[in-house]
Formats: sequence, structure tokens, C-alpha cells
Amino acid sequence: MDKQKAAQKLMDIFGDMNFIGVFHSILVESSKYIIIFLFAIYTWHCFTVFIGKDKDRKEKVYKKQKRIMYIIHFICSLVLFLNSLDMKILVFYLLQLAFLIFVGKAYPYVYEGMSKIVLNNMLMLLMIGFIMIERLSLTNVTRQMMFAAGISLVGLFIPYLIEKFKYFDRFGWFYAVIGILLLALVFVIGKEMYGARNWIKIGGFALQPSEFVKIIFVFFAAALLAKSTEFHDVVKVTIVAAIHVLILVAEKDLGAALIFFITYLVILYVATQNIIYFGAGLGAGMAAAVIAYHLFTHVQNRVIAWRDPWSTIAKQGYQVAQSLFAIGTGGWFGMGLGEGMPNKIPVAESDFIFSALCEELGAFFGICLILVEISCFIMFINISLKMTRRFYKLTALGLSVEYVFQVFLTIGGVTKFIPSTGVTLPLVSYGGSSVISTIILFSIIQGMYVLDEKEESS
Amino acid sequence: MSRKSQKEIENVNQKDKKSRRKAEKAARKEERRGNAQVLIITYCVVAVFLGMIGYLVYFMAVDADEVINNPYNKRQELLAKRIVRGTIYSSDKKVLAKTEKGKDGSEKRYYPYNDVFCHAVGRVDNSMTGVELSQCYPLLTSHSNPLKQLINIFRGEKSQGDSVITTLDAGLQKTAYDALGGYKGAVVALEPSTGKILTMLSKPDYDPNTVLQEWDELVEDSEDNSALLNRATQGLYPPGSTFKIMTAMEYIMENKEMYKKYRYICDGSDSFEGNNINCYGGESHGALDLKNSFAKSCNTSFANIGVGLNISSFRKLCERFGFNKKIKLGFENNKSSFVLDNKSDKGEIVQTAIGQGKTQITPMFNAMITSALANNGEMMRPYIVDHTENEAGRVVKQYNPDSMGQIVDKSVAEIMKRLMKEVVNSGTGTSLSGMSYRVAGKTGSAEFDEEGTSHAWFVGFAPADNPKIAVSIVVEGAGTGSQYAIPIAKKMFEEYLG
Repeated sequence: MDKQKAAQKLMDIFGDMNFIGVFHSILVESSKYIIIFLFAIYTWHCFTVFIGKDKDRKEKVYKKQKRIMYIIHFICSLVLFLNSLDMKILVFYLLQLAFLIFVGKAYPYVYEGMSKIVLNNMLMLLMIGFIMIERLSLTNVTRQMMFAAGISLVGLFIPYLIEKFKYFDRFGWFYAVIGILLLALVFVIGKEMYGARNWIKIGGFALQPSEFVKIIFVFFAAALLAKSTEFHDVVKVTIVAAIHVLILVAEKDLGAALIFFITYLVILYVATQNIIYFGAGLGAGMAAAVIAYHLFTHVQNRVIAWRDPWSTIAKQGYQVAQSLFAIGTGGWFGMGLGEGMPNKIPVAESDFIFSALCEELGAFFGICLILVEISCFIMFINISLKMTRRFYKLTALGLSVEYVFQVFLTIGGVTKFIPSTGVTLPLVSYGGSSVISTIILFSIIQGMYVLDEKEESS
Repeated sequence: MSRKSQKEIENVNQKDKKSRRKAEKAARKEERRGNAQVLIITYCVVAVFLGMIGYLVYFMAVDADEVINNPYNKRQELLAKRIVRGTIYSSDKKVLAKTEKGKDGSEKRYYPYNDVFCHAVGRVDNSMTGVELSQCYPLLTSHSNPLKQLINIFRGEKSQGDSVITTLDAGLQKTAYDALGGYKGAVVALEPSTGKILTMLSKPDYDPNTVLQEWDELVEDSEDNSALLNRATQGLYPPGSTFKIMTAMEYIMENKEMYKKYRYICDGSDSFEGNNINCYGGESHGALDLKNSFAKSCNTSFANIGVGLNISSFRKLCERFGFNKKIKLGFENNKSSFVLDNKSDKGEIVQTAIGQGKTQITPMFNAMITSALANNGEMMRPYIVDHTENEAGRVVKQYNPDSMGQIVDKSVAEIMKRLMKEVVNSGTGTSLSGMSYRVAGKTGSAEFDEEGTSHAWFVGFAPADNPKIAVSIVVEGAGTGSQYAIPIAKKMFEEYLG
């Protein structure tokens, strides 16, 4: 509909000489190949930048990655603008550009010696999210930009905060109390949305406490397990961790419950270096999953939709089927930005944004995106390996696992690799809580790294 | 300073150094504690993600085409804006459906054969069916020269979608259509060695060209025609005596060499533990062996055979062929059913053995059974699309024959072929004996109400020694198979084989 209006506008301005129309179709058609090509180069550099020790070359690669990001952002915005000829899109473009440049400059200044690859990836993912959310809904992208900008400013103070509170690892049980209280809050003032009771409304904003407790939870587990891995201590911590998970299950927030569960297991495994804990935990988790499957219809529905979305396409299988239609019809190179039907996928802007991206920008683009996410994770792990203080090491590890496991749940879910659990794609999906908590997560890992380097050298 | 004290100091220094080195070592060890585990976790994560990418690649390369071809996928409208829906052809390149452009630029789907292919090729308007549905996305995908497509995009013109070349034989379908005349019923013809669907016909029918105008009438269906239903794959009929193929086959498999010694004397009726069975028209067939019983379609003799069968092995045989199973055909089809089990009473068993009872079968599935026997016991999955090609005639996707497996031994299929030849030689199918090649088959008259009206059935293949075509014909409420179904088969064999 917008397109017809746009075409009419063009006709009014240029009469029959519709050269902008021709330019638009050339641009849409060629842009998808150019974007994939550029994104592939970007992804390539994420993995090859570490070859060799030449610092100048590395700096050059980082700059090149940034340039690629700016070009992709420009092309996409131009296509979106020509699709609708809406002046708002130009304004958004400039605001987003300012945001990308500002964060790109300010963060390395505050976070001395931070990983520039991680910073580039963070901005790239945010930018891709902006573009896709903007294509789906102009109101949503306004909010997304506000959240991203706001929390990025806060992020500038995180290294300072971390340095001030050196004794983060002393409050283990306190974190648990806060976390459990926040999670339980939704039982009192919670709202049910998308089939899960995991939202609270403050003012005009809907927040998901679990997104924030996620971070506190890692602090709790890391602090206590860094201190002692005696059997009776491990039992105590595990019981409290299990309470977190059970509350989430009760809220029907399966995705978050899984993330908390796996994260805890990994922290426990690395802290104790005991594979038996990991194996026992995994076994208990599986048993719990089987019980949950038999107890809850919403769990059964997810599994039914995963095993065969086609025969239940009118009901349980609808979301997954629509997601696969989008990815499949888009093909390797996509339909072109604005040329698909991503709005047919339920919650395309949040949980299913990966399918919307694949539909319009192509499966190749989607694969590059997965590789960029892996690159982020490897960089985080790299930081965790270098950490000297045990608490920092475990925290960085826990946060990286939370991040990567969430990526796995969402992309695996929308591609029918695993049953869908309804979690967002960090940084890309629309959602205030998700963007805020992910940027905090990124900042904390970087901040701890900076601090650890300082402590080491002093 | 004495030498001794100097030495002591050195000693202390050395000890100091040693302990400091030890402490450093311990610190470094403490630092690295858990790093091995972190690496294990990392490798696992990377492996899982690579698996996920591999899965996505597989999905795109192998599954995607089939997955997106789904009526719930609304993106066809999007493709239709860029691409002119492709043409559907018969195997001999006759146009079965094509999109024509009106003077005002509007598009209309045109079906030159009107009603003849309405179920096989289907329609676009009012929910797609048939090949139009199963090949919806291929028809709306263009593999034309990419440069040409690009130029079209820039000109704002549509590209031509790929063509679908079906396995349907236009001449044969038309012959069957005319031969069935005003009767309700269905006709299926398969190529036994490949499973190609040569004919798929169902009556009553409708004209897909005018389906929009007639839609309300078709749905209301005041005359109980169910013209929208494809009886060939969705119609469930009692198989009548054509089911004696299964009964005879089970008997042969249970009594390897002994089946030749089977003897029975038919008086036109007989009682099996209180269940009376009559032969058609009360005719008494006299002394019979298995061959004669089959050729003359003797009910009492087959009831007698049925009583002695091992029911669980009978059920296994039927299910191996595909009874009680949803068969994957790529278009709407119903499950044929065989209900006997160890708990069934004798009455039900004798009824089932002669093709009455609760057994239900689709004409398509009956054709598959016959075709499998003609093909020496190997069942080929029926398919209707031979290939798709682009505007210039370059093949885009070729569909190949797909074996559903060797259902029975070649030797058993051989015996069945001989029995079916005898039907034409001396039994109920003698009107097919005067042709230039031998025909094999089985007739049937399936009673479906108390008044004794019956559906006329014929299943068979020709030439019997080198089968090129297998047919399955059902004429609703007509009478005997020899009278109403065989003439249709004869015309079809004449059309196809000359």
C-alpha cells in the first residue's frame, strides 16, 4: 500500500519520466547482492583479524569493518527511504549514524584496551536490528533507538562502577535474594503476554525482569562458587539456583528457564572442574524436561510444532511454519528489503526477527549473522580465559554462555532445528529489556577485562 | 663476615627464590584452573553452531522448495506480482493450463480441455487443487535467462514462470473421459515400470474456467454430485471381487506349492458357520481349482479359501501393500482400509475374502496394487509431474521414478499374473481376449446397498507379458465389471497401445 502511494508521489513529481522508479528497482535488486557481499567480507575479518601480530594491520581491519557497517547502513536506509519516501526514515538514518559513530568513538576511550571486534559486532548487530525493525514498524524503531542510546550512555559508566565496587564478589547470597524477589515480583504485579507471565508494567513500559535477573544470577553463582567448591556449599548454591529456574518454569518462561539452567551448569562445571556435576545436572534437567512435557500443554505444543508443524499448521505449527515459509521463499539472496512478507510471521520484530532477515536479505546473510554471533562468543571466552581473578573468570564465562545459548535458542527455534522457546535475538530483536540487558552484559564483560588488566599490571 | 654466614645468606636467598618461583607457579596454575573446561565448553558450542548452520544450508538446498509450496504460505501473491504463472503441459506437450493476458493487462488462467483435467490439473481460483496446487511455487518461479529477468524488472514487466510437464497422456485421458460418459466414477492409469500417472479422472466434474461463477452451486451440491471431490484418490469404495487378488495372493503365499491342488465344488451358494455366501446371480460354477475360482470370480470358493487363511499374516500382507497407511503421493488422498484381525468373527472374514465387508479402497490404490503385480512385485510411487522447464525448454527439475520396494516375490507376482491372464482367457473378462496383445485383469461388482446395486470395477494391465499400462476403473452404481468397466478399459488399451 505504501509502495503504491510512493509510486503515485513519484508520478506527481516527475510525470511519466519515472527514472527514480527505475533507479529504485535497480537499487533493490542489486543491493541484496552487495549487502551480502559486504557482510561476508565483514564476517571474514571477524575470524582472520587475529592472524599475525601486526597491530597496525589490525587497526586497519577494525576501521574497514566499521566502513562496511556504515555502507550497509546507508544502502539499507536508502532502499527503505525509496520504498516509502517517508522523511522520517532520513531522520532515523542520521540519528542512527550519529549513535553508531558516537558509541564507536566513546567506548574505546572509556574501556581502555577493549576488544574492538566485540565493539564492532555489537554495533553491527544493533544496526541490523534497527534496519529490520524500521522496515517492520516505524514506531517500534523509535523506541528501540531510545533504549539503545539510553543504555549505551549508562554503559560508559560501567568501568567506573566496576572499579569503585571492587568487592562485587562479596555479595553472593544478596544477589540471590534480589534475583528471586525480582523474578517473583511478576506473580504479584505481572502481566501475561505471548503466553508467558513474565512481564511487569512500569509507566508505559513493559519490562521483563528475567532479562535483568539473568545478569545478577551469574554474579550470584560466580561469587559463591569462586569462594568454595566444597560439596555442601555446592549443594546449597545449586538449590538456590534451582529455585530461580523453577520460578521461571512457573511463569511459563521456558526460554529463560533453559538459559538459567544451562548457564548455571557451565559455571558449576568450570568452577569445580568436575564433569560428574555437569553430567548429573544434565541428567536431572532432562528428567525435568520429560516431566514438564507430560505436565504442561504449552510445552507439548512447542514440541508438537517442532516435530511436525505441517499437520498442525492451523494451530501449534503456525508460527514455525510461517517462519520456514519466510526463510525458504526468501532463498539464498532474499526477496530484497521491503519486498517480502515478514509481517506474516507472528512477532517478526522480536522472537522471529532472524526469519524476517533471511526472507528479505537472504539465507547467506543469515549464515553470516550466525558466524558473527559465534565470533562474539569466542571473543568473550578469550576474555574469560585471560582473567586472573576467579570471580571475574566465572562471571565472564557465565555471561558469554547466557548470550550464546540465547542466540542458539532463538535461531534454532525459528529454523526448526530445536523446538521454539520464544526468546529474543540479542541486540537485533525489538525489545527494551532485551537490548538493555544485552548491552549491560557486553559492557560488564569488557569492563571486567579492563579492570583485570589494570590489577594485573599494578 | 665469616664464610659460613655468607653461605647461609646465599642459602636463604636461594630458598627465597625457590619459594617465590613456587608461588608464581601456583598462581599461574590457579589462573589457568578451569581453562581446560572453558575450552571444552567452547568447542561444544562451536560444534553445535556449525551443526545449526549445516542444518540451515540443508534446509535451503533440499527441503525449502517443498516446504514453501504450501497453501498457508501467502507469498505466492508476491511472486505473482513479478512472474506470469507458468504453463502446465501433458506428457505429449498439449497445453492443459496456461495464463492468458487480456487486452486490459489482466491475467486469466485458461484450461483448453475444460472439464477433462479438472481434478488432475486442478484449478487456481477458490483454493488451489491438483497440479496447480502441488506445483504452485515452481510455476511462480522463473529460471529464464537472469539478464532477461533483470531487464524485465527494470522495465516493470513480468518474467515467464517455469512450465510443468506432467506425466498425463492427454489422448488417453480424453478417451477415458468420453468412455465413462455420464456415469459417476473414477479412472486411473499408471505406467507399471515407473509409476507415472497417465490418466487420473473423476466424475462428476466441473469446468475450472468457470468455477468462480459456478462455485456456489458446486458447494451447495443439491444433486449430491460432490464434483469437487477427486474420487480417484479420495473416493473410498468397497473393492468387490477385485479384492480376490489379495485373497488369492495370501492363499498362494501360505500354501507354496500346494495351492495348485486346491479343489472346491461350487453349488452357487454355501454356508460357512452359519454365514451364507452366494455366487453372482446364483450361478453354480461346479468343480474348481484356484485358477478357475479366480477367473470365474466364484464367491463361495473364495469364502472357503478365506475361512482357512491366517488372518494376522493376511493383514500383514495387505498392510505391506499399503492398506491402513497414508501413502505419500504429493496430492490429497485417502487411506484405504483393511479391518480384519485375530478378533474378527467368521462372518466378517468370509465377507472380506470376497471383497465385501468393511474393506475400503481408492481407485488409485487399486491401480497401485495391480501395477505392482504387473511390475513383478515392485511397487512404484505414482507421480504426476515429469519435470519442470524454463521458458527456453531447459529442464529445471526432473522427477524420477521412486520405488516403494519389492512388496512380494517375483514368483508370487508371476503366479498372480497368470491368474489374471486366465480371467481374460476364460473368465469374466473374455471380452478383452480378442486384442492383438494379451490382457490380464480382474473384474468386480461391489454391492453397496441392500437392493444389490453395485459398483462396476475393473483392474488390469496390458500387454500381459510386457505391461505398459495398468488401469483401475470404477463405475458407480452401474452393475457388473464385465459389462460396464471392461469396455472403458478396452478403449483405453486401444488408444494407448493401438
